[in-house]
Amino acid sequence: MNNYSIVTKDLTKRFGSFTATDAITFEVGQGEIFGFLGANGAGKTTAMRMLCGLLKPSSGEAKVAGYDIYTQTEQIKKRIGYMSQKFSLYEDLTVKENIRFYGGIYGLSNQQIKEKTHALLDRLQLEKEARQLVSSLPLGWKQKLSFSIALLHDPSIVFLDEPTGGVDPITRRQFWDLIYESADKGVTIFVTTHYMDEAEYCNRISIMVDGKIKALDTPAGLKKQFNAESMNDVFLQLARAKS
Amino acid sequence: MLPIVVEHIHKSFGDLKALHDISFTVNEGELFGLIGPDGAGKSTLFRILTTLLLADKGNATVNGLDVVKQYRTIRREVGYMPGRFSLYQDLTIEENLNFFATIFNTTVEENYDLIKDIYEQIAPFAKRPAGKLSGGMKQKLALCCALVHKPKVLFLDEPTTGVDPVSRKEFWDMLRRLKTKGIPILVSTPYMDEAILCDRVALMQKGAIMQINTPANIVAGFGMPVWAMKADNMYRLIRDLRAFEGVYSCYAFGEYLHVTVNTELENVKAYLAPLGHEGLEIKPAKPGIEDAFMQLMQEQNELA
Amino acid sequence: MQQFFVFVRKECYHIFRDKRTLLILFGMPLVLIILFGFAITNEIHHAQIAVLDQSRDSYSQRLVRKMTASRYFEVNRYLSSYKEIGPAFRQGDVKLVVVIPGRFAHSFEHEKVAAVQLLTDASDPNTATTLINYANAMIIQYQQELTGEIKLPLTIRSEIQMVYNPSLKGVFLFVPGVMTLILMLVSAMMTSITITREKELGTMEILLVSPLKPVMIIAGKVVPYIVLSFIISLIILAMGTWVFAMPVKGSLLLLLLECILFGLTALSLGILISSMTNSQQTAMMISLMGLMLPTVLLSGFVFPLESMPKPLQVVANVLPAKWFNIILKDVMLKGAGLRQVWMPTAILCGMTVFFLAVSIRKFKIRLS
Repeated sequence: MNNYSIVTKDLTKRFGSFTATDAITFEVGQGEIFGFLGANGAGKTTAMRMLCGLLKPSSGEAKVAGYDIYTQTEQIKKRIGYMSQKFSLYEDLTVKENIRFYGGIYGLSNQQIKEKTHALLDRLQLEKEARQLVSSLPLGWKQKLSFSIALLHDPSIVFLDEPTGGVDPITRRQFWDLIYESADKGVTIFVTTHYMDEAEYCNRISIMVDGKIKALDTPAGLKKQFNAESMNDVFLQLARAKS
Repeated sequence: MLPIVVEHIHKSFGDLKALHDISFTVNEGELFGLIGPDGAGKSTLFRILTTLLLADKGNATVNGLDVVKQYRTIRREVGYMPGRFSLYQDLTIEENLNFFATIFNTTVEENYDLIKDIYEQIAPFAKRPAGKLSGGMKQKLALCCALVHKPKVLFLDEPTTGVDPVSRKEFWDMLRRLKTKGIPILVSTPYMDEAILCDRVALMQKGAIMQINTPANIVAGFGMPVWAMKADNMYRLIRDLRAFEGVYSCYAFGEYLHVTVNTELENVKAYLAPLGHEGLEIKPAKPGIEDAFMQLMQEQNELA
Repeated sequence: MQQFFVFVRKECYHIFRDKRTLLILFGMPLVLIILFGFAITNEIHHAQIAVLDQSRDSYSQRLVRKMTASRYFEVNRYLSSYKEIGPAFRQGDVKLVVVIPGRFAHSFEHEKVAAVQLLTDASDPNTATTLINYANAMIIQYQQELTGEIKLPLTIRSEIQMVYNPSLKGVFLFVPGVMTLILMLVSAMMTSITITREKELGTMEILLVSPLKPVMIIAGKVVPYIVLSFIISLIILAMGTWVFAMPVKGSLLLLLLECILFGLTALSLGILISSMTNSQQTAMMISLMGLMLPTVLLSGFVFPLESMPKPLQVVANVLPAKWFNIILKDVMLKGAGLRQVWMPTAILCGMTVFFLAVSIRKFKIRLS
């Protein structure tokens, strides 16, 4: 069981009488791209917050990068990267200053930050823009930059919360190239998205409905199981079933 | 009289060219889509047409009325749903709807038949503050508020952004029903797959319109065969294909890659054969709006 | 008209559903009044004074006894020469020095006029003012006692070495001050915030794309706050009257009308601020830095205007708060009528019209 990067068992979170996440159980292997889908309000964000150590579960167990989410949240935070569409970079800092800041809060040495900044700018072809304010970059570049910064401290897992919302189709695919590349290097990718075609790029997918995981398999497996042509159909079937 | 006519509209914010020479018309009863990512200039265009912004150059009319000179009349006649959720979060569904009905000098009852279908879906939560609704319900409420005064033209700026696929589908179903009532609708979306639900679309990127046509014609005009390919290790397949000069474009498309080539397919197969891809599968694919969009984008980038 | 009422009703929903702001709005006047009220009255108990009695006759000693007989003053030390005054102040305990010149009784009996000098530590002008007022009151009392005894018109001319506001009659300075402050806060800050909030939420976009006229939008947003600020001034007045026994010597009607006028001035300022900015945060910063601070510092509420450098006194003239403060003090404490306060009233009216005119000119019918 050692090469599982995330393991949960009956993980539950209740807010008062409302059960946001209802006994979810799943494993994510090291280096896997795991798609975490669900309608708005299905409990994805709550589950993600618990796994990131931001929210204490009501019951159940979970380990992230081998650490317990009840007692070892500090260790977890050092081993994970997080990127969301809503909050990513400081718009009023330059590209370089953002990298330096995030390198600093994860305790990288100046030498490390320097090397990593160089490598990162080189890979994203952003050298020319290094001294520009982030607010002046197109959205797609911001998202790529913010993903790379989430990987700056070499985390073993990255959580991506709707990373590609509103991004143009080419940049969206370039973004997924970055995801593939990281997964290839052994980083576990835990991603939520509203683009159903992106769901197909994942190794495995779970679909949450009303706080429960209603389906969990490879994209091909799910399509077979639901006798559907695309992930969109699978999703619609599942979400419809509830009402 | 055409509901919307846009002629050579330009708009800049400082150095940023938000809109560059935009022209199009929307026909009577048409569902017209502006398709493009964030930063394409969709919201700016909406604000010019709803008289909230002045264009630097060019003309536009809504329902035959000039957007600059006759802005007061336009404001009475159109329904507008801005990109962000723009209702009062601390007011209930009922209160929001009544408020917007009254400021448009009407009542909810007067045009109830128009919003009935949509309102009934959220009516059970009528006493709930708008801030506590789910994304899909908020959109439905916002649509009700934009419709409550029976507008002659409806402007919907990214109504489905950030909404889950189920609610998105429901929302488009509602739009199609509205269309049957004869209201012309201008709608924008960053989701390419929603383009096929429109009568006609304008594909927008970086402040310019790349193409205007019916979704079917856009796909038909794609002009080159598309091949769907997949292998067990997709990432390696993408890299190998992109490294081959016979490949014009190669993008992930759901389960498969969509590949266009400027050589015989046999050459590509011959190139891939010695690379030892397991589970390799190649078959013809139908291009979609997204393929067309990316092709146009690529052309635009090559020109620049 | 229907549109307008609906708008006002909506605005009331916003106000009453935001429990926290509501608590601040009504809690703050209470807390401020109680704070200022009791802080100031407490300071006057057992103030330490020093006495330099150069006469040492029965009249001078009676005067000192008279002063210390009250709970207000306590003789900390007796001084023997002028030179000791400086060190006595510097040591910090002594707040007031009473200097009685030589031949006090003699002057009294023969010249019918005697002088007393009061020196205060004006580094804390508030306390100093209050102390002087108290001491003065006692000297006058003493004078009346003597006059009664000797049946001769006598005068003690107290010479005061601190500029102070001659119209101050007591410790009631803070009630008008708090009133000014709160009205400024409720009216100016809350209006500017509530209008910019609509811009931030994006609802302003929908309101603009509606048949509502801009004037209607502004009026609809402002009316509830006028009512709110009026209720708050009533609360402050009631507290001043019942808790601190503050007099309202002038006409109550005039006072309330002036409150409404100042509320309008502040509202128009709030509208002006909101027409210049698009974010709640900036609106709040401008209101706090540009309105609240000057109101506290320059309106004569905390620091007497007369003890300020000339340039600041000139600056204070553009503050509506300064004029309102004058009106309040005159009406409440001096019993002035409209005839006495017509000038500050006219100035406030002028300011209101000016601010409204500018903000209506600046109000955008579009987004940019």
